Amino acid sequence: MPAPTYLIRSASVLGQETADILLEDGKIAAMGPHLEAPGAQVIEAQGLIALPGLVDLHTHLRQPGYEASETVETGSQAAALGGYTAVFAMANSKPVADSAAVVEQVHALGLDSGWVKVQPIGAVTKDLAGQQLADLGEMAASKAQVRVFSDDGMCVWDPAIMRRALEYVKTFDGVIAQHAQEPRLTEGAQMNEGKVSAELGLTGWPAVAEESIIARDVLLADHVGSRLHICHLSTKGSVEILRWAKERGIEVTAEVTPHHLLLTDELVRSYDPVYKVNPPLRTEEDVLALRQAVADGIIDIIGTDHAPHPAESKDCEWACAANGMTGLEQALSIIQMTLVETGYIGWADVARIMSFKPAEIGLASDQGRPLAVGEPANLVLLDPTARRTIVPADQATKGKNNPYRGMEVPGAVKATFYAGHPTVLDGALNSPRREG
Amino acid sequence: MKHLLDTKELSLADALNLLDTADYMAGVGQGDLLKLPHLQGKTVVNLFFEDSTRTRLSFEAAEKRLSADIINFAAKGSSVSKGESLKDTIQTLAAIKADAVVIRHSASGAPQRLAEAGWIDLPVLNAGDGTHAHPTQALLDAMTLRQFKAQRDRVETRGLTLEGLRVAIVGDILHSRVARSNLWLLNTLGAQVKLVAPPTLLPRYTDSWPAEIYHNLDEALESGVDAVMMLRIQKERMQAAFFPSAEEFTRFWGLTPERFAYLNSLNHETAVLHPGPMNRGLEICSQAADSPRSWVLRQVSNGVAVRMAALYLLMTGGSSQDFYPAA
Repeated sequence: MPAPTYLIRSASVLGQETADILLEDGKIAAMGPHLEAPGAQVIEAQGLIALPGLVDLHTHLRQPGYEASETVETGSQAAALGGYTAVFAMANSKPVADSAAVVEQVHALGLDSGWVKVQPIGAVTKDLAGQQLADLGEMAASKAQVRVFSDDGMCVWDPAIMRRALEYVKTFDGVIAQHAQEPRLTEGAQMNEGKVSAELGLTGWPAVAEESIIARDVLLADHVGSRLHICHLSTKGSVEILRWAKERGIEVTAEVTPHHLLLTDELVRSYDPVYKVNPPLRTEEDVLALRQAVADGIIDIIGTDHAPHPAESKDCEWACAANGMTGLEQALSIIQMTLVETGYIGWADVARIMSFKPAEIGLASDQGRPLAVGEPANLVLLDPTARRTIVPADQATKGKNNPYRGMEVPGAVKATFYAGHPTVLDGALNSPRREG
Repeated sequence: MKHLLDTKELSLADALNLLDTADYMAGVGQGDLLKLPHLQGKTVVNLFFEDSTRTRLSFEAAEKRLSADIINFAAKGSSVSKGESLKDTIQTLAAIKADAVVIRHSASGAPQRLAEAGWIDLPVLNAGDGTHAHPTQALLDAMTLRQFKAQRDRVETRGLTLEGLRVAIVGDILHSRVARSNLWLLNTLGAQVKLVAPPTLLPRYTDSWPAEIYHNLDEALESGVDAVMMLRIQKERMQAAFFPSAEEFTRFWGLTPERFAYLNSLNHETAVLHPGPMNRGLEICSQAADSPRSWVLRQVSNGVAVRMAALYLLMTGGSSQDFYPAA
């Protein structure tokens, strides 16, 4: 039996002209006005925006080892519901993804799930300990074909190790994704260092701890001529360093999370650990600088840093709570809210920062492609006029640590097509894609 | 007032209500009036997750003088060290019986979590949380300063604010919940606060704090003060490079015999306060600690009265009017 074909009627492509889109054999077979396709399943998309399937370069799927928080299955379901067709799974699992065996396991779990492409990220150092390089080449050569390496959660703080890692991955055009956090400046840190931390008596995480590592690393990347990616950039000062580095022609890219584009450290006054995240929520001034940096192209992509945790990790006092918040299922809404409706960027830019560019950085060749005939049929249909209230209990992710709970946000994903297969239809999970 | 978590949210009326009630409570345990019956049949849980002798004893004395039953729970370390969670501990104790919870915890914000997380529905009294707040300490300091002002100006304490009083708080402000709680309460009561510390022992961002900041103790004293509150300094701080040595700390930020002599040479009264326990010879010299200008022991006895007042007001919904004949 041939795979079903889908005819998407009257979608607004990247929020611009309206077209019908025919999906056949995992590809976009035709695009244009008034397409005819007998036998195709018709998806009415009047008023919906078609975007390329989203790509998240920064997801914590927690498997293996932390299945109480998330599994590849639940995390990739959440991703599909959020409009994603690919996620890069961070290496801080247990065991750490520092060997071919672990990345191949995650890769295989992703293939079994079939909701999105799951691309494992490899650790930079063994056990994220910052001492000895992980099996970088083995992971690159494995079935998982790892190209992005990160000790995320930990900073590759040793400048000599960072230099060697940057150099070594050039062999296979890899990229080091740095979690920029100077460890000595953030010992015991609980929240952004600022006027709120001063009042609350919580140990501060100063902006300079991020900025000093970014400054060092762009200079290292320049020196050795390697690709560097900065994870979850969070401060106004980091933007200035990035701007300088890009003007100088250094091969550096940067990401920002949806939460750093919306939430501020004022929320910590509640001492509710749902707002505890690393890097911490910063100030209004930082939020506005980050939005402008996306508009200016200084920040290249949106990475969710989706970090699910079991309830007990947050149902406690602030100091003993885990860092992190979920993100996949409302990332697109938060971007619409903070960047599109505020006029910083348009929908074509959303496609760039949430799909094209992250795929390019991660070298995911079949992802982040334009919506054009002959391209892989990875796309999402978004209703930008919808308004919905975030209810963590209704989400697919196991993590209910959602800082937007109860908030009304714009936009709803109506359908997600992954290689021509609808993983999400009518705003709900449909079925995973099976290789065939 | 449902809880007493911090002094920042206390209104002037709340603060005066607490202090006026405390003035009455100060007489309990003296003379004929040994105890009050107001909390008879009620149970107060004392949850101490951090070593504390003075504050715990002070709360216990306050509870006993109000005839409350007491459940003491002490866990060194805390749930941070992987024991039972705070939620399970408090729900267990509440299931035994509790009408109010007194909590001391090393984690800033733990009392607010008890009050707001939905784990229990009981009045929560903060007995000191991390480096955040210590409201009963600030209240006992304010009570003491009010007594000082009343004595100096020969007026009654009841209804008195601290308007016009200049108070220097000296030492490790950064790690001090006492300093933070005093900052807000003293301002609410109309006092002028001067914080004195090396930059390493102040938060980096204090622009929004209602206080004058000094890095030089002599300048602060010369600017005119009516009271100096010396904070306890932990010697271990110098391992983390907050200051070079204990000797240097004393020389620059200690109430030394020389500085105390300077205060004595002025022709106005200056009160000396310290929340205890004192490091004699480090942040405060014995001459100052043992002098008639020292209010340190009055602070301790006032502590019991203030805690009685807080327990009474939170647990009965009463007011200071209950103890004074209607005007």
